[in-house]
Amino acid sequence: MEMTLSIVTGFVLAGAIYLILSRALVRVLLGVLLLGNGTNLLIFTAGRLSHAVPPIIAPGKALPESGYANPLPQALILTAIVIGFAMFAYLAVLAFRAYESMDADDTDHMRLAEPEGVPNPPLEY
Amino acid sequence: MIAHAVPLSSWLCVAPVLLGLVGACLLLALRTLPRVSAAVCFSFLVAMFIANAALLARVVSDGPVSITMGNWLPPFGIAFTADATGAGFALMAAFVSWAAVVALIGSAPRTATANGLYSLILLLVAGVSGAFLTGDIFNLYVWFEVMLIASFGLMVLGGRPLHLDAAVKYGAINIVATTLLLVGVGLLYGLLGTLNFADIVNKAPGANPALLAAVGALLCFALATKAAAFPLNAWLPASYHTPPAPVAALMAGLLTKVAAYALLRVLLMVLPAARADLALPITIVAVATALIGPLSAIGETGLRRALGFLLIGGIGVALLSLSDPLASAVAGSVAYLLVSILTYAALYLIAGLVEAVTGEGDSRHMGGLYSQHTGLSILFFVTMLSAAGIPPLAGFWPKLLLLQGFLGAGNLTLALVVIANALLSLIAVGRLWSRIFWRPVDAPSAGITKAGGTFGGFAGAALLSASVVVVGILPAPLVGLAQLAAHDLLDPSRYIAATALVP
Repeated sequence: MEMTLSIVTGFVLAGAIYLILSRALVRVLLGVLLLGNGTNLLIFTAGRLSHAVPPIIAPGKALPESGYANPLPQALILTAIVIGFAMFAYLAVLAFRAYESMDADDTDHMRLAEPEGVPNPPLEY
Repeated sequence: MIAHAVPLSSWLCVAPVLLGLVGACLLLALRTLPRVSAAVCFSFLVAMFIANAALLARVVSDGPVSITMGNWLPPFGIAFTADATGAGFALMAAFVSWAAVVALIGSAPRTATANGLYSLILLLVAGVSGAFLTGDIFNLYVWFEVMLIASFGLMVLGGRPLHLDAAVKYGAINIVATTLLLVGVGLLYGLLGTLNFADIVNKAPGANPALLAAVGALLCFALATKAAAFPLNAWLPASYHTPPAPVAALMAGLLTKVAAYALLRVLLMVLPAARADLALPITIVAVATALIGPLSAIGETGLRRALGFLLIGGIGVALLSLSDPLASAVAGSVAYLLVSILTYAALYLIAGLVEAVTGEGDSRHMGGLYSQHTGLSILFFVTMLSAAGIPPLAGFWPKLLLLQGFLGAGNLTLALVVIANALLSLIAVGRLWSRIFWRPVDAPSAGITKAGGTFGGFAGAALLSASVVVVGILPAPLVGLAQLAAHDLLDPSRYIAATALVP
């Protein structure tokens, strides 16, 4: 099961990188979304999968039953999902505003910060 | 479970971060009152500075301090562990942010304040302090995200298409880099089953060295992207010249340095075996960054863009010690990063003043400032010499430590790279100086105004430039701190002892 999930993770991340390398900002956004999900899957798999007892401590005990599932990856993924969602929301709004104000979805046409056709630097002092 | 309560003095570890977060929330409520906002932000930064200074004093006298959250035993709970490196950086970050807020006085646009300028600044500084003080690699990722979202906000506060354009590039690459950092953290957890720095140091020798090197490479790639090391540096000069100067100074001073700090922490202290396996690619990247940064700066006429390239070169110099981690060289890297926080924040503030005075961003349209603005010229001159590493300014001593380390080990190549970087940086800043300040006044220089630049901007820049001079004349505390930091990075036994884990 871990092997299957690892291979799936690999494919998801490869797809994410393919999309991020695109010039179209919308595809980059979709790539970022996929990258975040692939990463969550990776953490989930890295924490080992098992059909085990939920990691809940019974009342009056100090330790859970032995053989419980690893709770930490779930906490990590939850954190990563929240952060990834916020970041994606920001990027989505940013891309929309950029499209509105520069009328461009193609990053090749977003050259305001680094204008093209600037003359060479002066050779003398 | 820890039976006894955490002693109150250990809370000092989280105090800087806590102050920053509380202040950021408070400022969100006060954002419609610009004057009150500025005053509150200023006072919180002073409080953070005092907390950091107290923490550093304690770390220097008693060794690293650690606190674990939420009634958990150290390897399981999230730990904050301050050693000389982290506390030193956090102190410097608080000081520089303080100067940047001073520089905002009188120039902060009302709309930006209403949109949460001061709140975002405190959030940024809280994120930076958290990254410096945390003792947990997943928590490091979280603080990177806090910094990132704050810097995203700061970057687009202007709201003009130029800002949006820069933010798209900055945002896309940084999100990808942070996500890759998370992938590295996830794989490291899968490999070792722990996230605590001190615990990783203990458990790493038992892991498969090839897998560990692969994870180390991924972490190194992600952090080097955020530090703007050579093949992945194009985002920095594409974005750092667009926000208002004090904001740009804050970002240029802090953000890449946090990533460089994390590289030192992860590769030198946490995963030294992975560093040894990756020594060759790291050396190539560091050398290329140290040389290509200033070379690009020589060919760049936009003032702040040229500073961005110089900043990249400085990151390369700081990473050189990763290829040959001797005590003196590592101390040099720590000192270099500390000084470059000061120097580049000062240079960006001064560049903002130059732009305000001339109304231009490109040095080819400037000229004759020396005769018109003597004070500004002196500030730029002093700070640019420090950036190039000319004695007796602050930038000289870290380079001396690096040279001592590399020459002592007989590593002539790295020593020559440090010298070449200094020389190329000097040529680059010399070109800027001669064009902007020294060149005789051309006809269009009528654009120079006597009034340009605010008092606050001048005061902030002067404060940072004066510290560059003071640190340069009295380098003993800086060098002592850097040597202590290097000692604890290379021999983490005191760091592990502070977290109450058995080495």
